[in-house]
Formats: sequence, C-alpha cells, structure tokens
Amino acid sequence: MSNRYELNKNLAQMLKGGVIMDVTTPEQAKIAEASGACAVMALERIPADIRAAGGVSRMSDPKMIKGIQNAVSIPVMAKCRIGHFVEAQILQALEIDYIDESEVLTPADNINHIDKTKFQVPFVCGARNLGEALRRIAEGASMIRSKGEAGTGDIVQAVSHMRAINGDINKIAAMREDELFVAAKNMQVPYELIEYVHKNKKLPVVNFSAGGVATPADAALMVHLGAEGVFVGSGIFKSGNPEKRATAIVKAVTNYNDPDMIAKLSEDLGEAMVGINEDEIKILMAERGQ
Amino acid sequence: MKIGVLALQGAFQEHQNMLESLGAETFQIRQYKDLNTKFDGLILPGGESTTIYKLLSELNMLDDLRNKIQNGLPVFGTCAGLILLSKKIKNQSTTALSTMDIECSRNAYGRQLGSFSVNSNFADIGEVPMVFIRAPYITQVNANDVEILAKIDGKIVAAKQKNQLVTAFHPELTNNIKVHSYFLNNIINMSK
Repeated sequence: MSNRYELNKNLAQMLKGGVIMDVTTPEQAKIAEASGACAVMALERIPADIRAAGGVSRMSDPKMIKGIQNAVSIPVMAKCRIGHFVEAQILQALEIDYIDESEVLTPADNINHIDKTKFQVPFVCGARNLGEALRRIAEGASMIRSKGEAGTGDIVQAVSHMRAINGDINKIAAMREDELFVAAKNMQVPYELIEYVHKNKKLPVVNFSAGGVATPADAALMVHLGAEGVFVGSGIFKSGNPEKRATAIVKAVTNYNDPDMIAKLSEDLGEAMVGINEDEIKILMAERGQ
Repeated sequence: MKIGVLALQGAFQEHQNMLESLGAETFQIRQYKDLNTKFDGLILPGGESTTIYKLLSELNMLDDLRNKIQNGLPVFGTCAGLILLSKKIKNQSTTALSTMDIECSRNAYGRQLGSFSVNSNFADIGEVPMVFIRAPYITQVNANDVEILAKIDGKIVAAKQKNQLVTAFHPELTNNIKVHSYFLNNIINMSK
C-alpha cells in the first residue's frame, strides 16, 4: 500500500504546472488534449449544467468514460460522489488514472468520506482549508485541490480557499513544537500530518486550484497564490472558443509571471462563460463534505 | 556549472532540487527569451509529453532547442523528456525534438495502475531506485552509437547517445543522486 501511495503522489507531481480540463465527450477530450491539457476529467455534465439541471448528480456512465479513455493518451480522471465507495470501485475497475471524490456531485454520505487507503488508484479531493485538506490526506487522498465554487465562473471562492489553506500552513509552520498537539486537536487531524506541515511548510501532497477559473488571468492568479496547477471545469466548454481559450489558459499557467504574455494571449478569446455570482446561487457545493 | 531546466509543465522543481544538492546552478526555461542565457546542460523533465510539446511549439522554442542539442548541448530527458527526444514514437506520426536515434512507446506499461518502482542496475554505477509513472520505454535503438544503460524485464529503460541521456524512470523522485551525478560527470564533463 505505502509504495502504491507513493506512486500515486508521484503521478500528481507529474501533473504540476498543468491544466486539467472537464470534458463530457471524446471530441471534447481530443480538443482538450490538443490544447495542452495535462489530464482530462470525464463527467456527464459540466458543473454549470449540473447547477442548471438540478436533481441528483452521480458518477458518469462507464461507457462514456471508456470512450474518453480510448480517445486520448493523457491521464483520464473521473468523479464519484462523496462517500460512495462503490462508484469508486467501479472507477477503479475501469482503470481510471485518478478519482475525484467530488462535492460537485450530490454527496452519498453526509458524514463519512471514502476510505481511500483501501484503493490502488489515486484520489484527489477538494478542501477549503488546511483541516479539510489534512483530513482527506489522512483518509488516503494523494492530491488536493481547493474547492472553489464549481460551475459559477466566479473565482472568489477558489481565491479564499487557496489563501485559507496557505494561511493555515504558515500559522502551523510558525508555531512552537509544543503547540502542535492542540493545533491537531482543533483541526481534527492526525498529529503526524500537522508535524509534517510544521517541518516542511507545505502539504505532503500536490495542491491544485479548482472551481471558478474562467480566464487565463484567473488561472495565473491561482498559480501566484500557490496553486501547483489548475482544474478548469465549465470555463472552457461554456465559452465562445473552447480551443483557443484552453490553449491560452495552459500558456498562462506556465508563464503566470509574465503579464505582457498574458495580456497578448487574453486578446480575442471570444466570449467567456457568462458566470453567476456566488451569492446568487442556491446550492453551495463547497459546503458539501467537510 | 549552470543547468537549464525546461519548466513548461511537470516535475521540474524536483530536478532543480537534486542538481542543486550536487552543487550545480539551475534556472528555469519557461519561454523563448530564457534560451538566451548561456548554460552547460539541459533537463527535459517528466510531465505530460503532449502538453510540453504543445507549449514548446506554441512558444516557438522547438527549433532553437533542437539546434542546441544537435550542436552538442548535453541533455538529460526523463520520461516525457525521453519521448520529446525520440526520433520515432510508436503509433504516432508527430515527434517533438527528434534528435536521438531511438524509438519509444508511450504509456508502455498502461495506465496509473501499471506504475511501479524497482531497484535495478544502471550502466556501471550499480543499483539505483527506478520509479516508473505511466512510463514509456525504448522499443528500438536505431544507431550504433546509442548505448543501452539499463533494462527491466528485457525492455530498454535508459540509454545515451553522445550528448543525450534518457531514462524512462524518474531519478528526481527518489533521494538517490547517482543518475544525476552520472549526467554531470559522464555527459556534461565528458563533452567539454
């Protein structure tokens, strides 16, 4: 298990500096790959449409996931509901490269997350703060992403979650060693993980940003704030020119520190996704699964 | 000694950490103008080869890098880096830098469930830990001066040709410095 966990953390390391794009068809997957995505997330409906449709949102049809796996050579991820370990078993049976136990789908369990240590394939989970991130890691997640607020095209939650995670890390790093025990108790996480953060000033796994990225500038902003890479969901295929926007976002993540280049590649991208403000929506996906 | 690390996407920081622990100076290459810096060696890190290739061509860096390598710049490619250097890629018509006379197969061990690690012999430096993540391997060497440095179960996983060194595995993900020392001592210093 521990060797498998290392290999799974290693795959996340290979994704760093990259953009992972939500896709719903093999055609979209090919566009994402051709635009420079480092992985794709296969799902039935992108978050913006999940919001519009309402109802219960579940794991995608395995046939659709297989279609996407056959269409591209880059890693393919897929989402299962929080706590739904049978959906996760199905995704493992499909040899998925990464499972996202995701708040974007309707939770299957209001109390427990999946015991991810029981799986061979890796998991990525969302977090709004360090406590959530470390609880998911204790359960076996080998990659973390900020939750943001999916399907809104509004970056505000991704920003506050990334700032919260890194702010918490800085606080733990600055503590005296004898204060770490209470910090672990207050955060409801194992002491060993708090000790790791104190010593290394970072999470023990790769940390991406997700939820609300719609423009190259949004993506670059998240990298400045400490994201090691970016998930883009509705932002690409809900926009006017998906291929051009996707390529621009990929370039903006690599050259996040070059405003001149980001200015150029932000030109003429067509219409961005319309977006809704976080305070205009009824369902806050980020509150699911703490 | 100054090493440029291609930092378009992937695990480039891990290479920098390892090289700096060996006393080399490193810098990141993220766009065309970064190639104007003078440097003694180049790292092509692991990551997604399609992503790195896309960025190399979008950022107009392919020709310049290819020229530098053809003119003898020492280069070390791991995993995706191996794919970028290969002159032939199985089941794929496009190649990237295409400077090394090898043919490789991408995702040759399958999806993430096929990723593995093992200790095995590398050239004349003995056993090293080898971490394979959705890794390629070399299916064929197509020139007499390509030297095979490591094999796992009969598959070629490391090779060199003059100034070019490739591994299908990731020494930068371990804490074993032997392969990076090999690059500094046997590829860069030999080519001086």
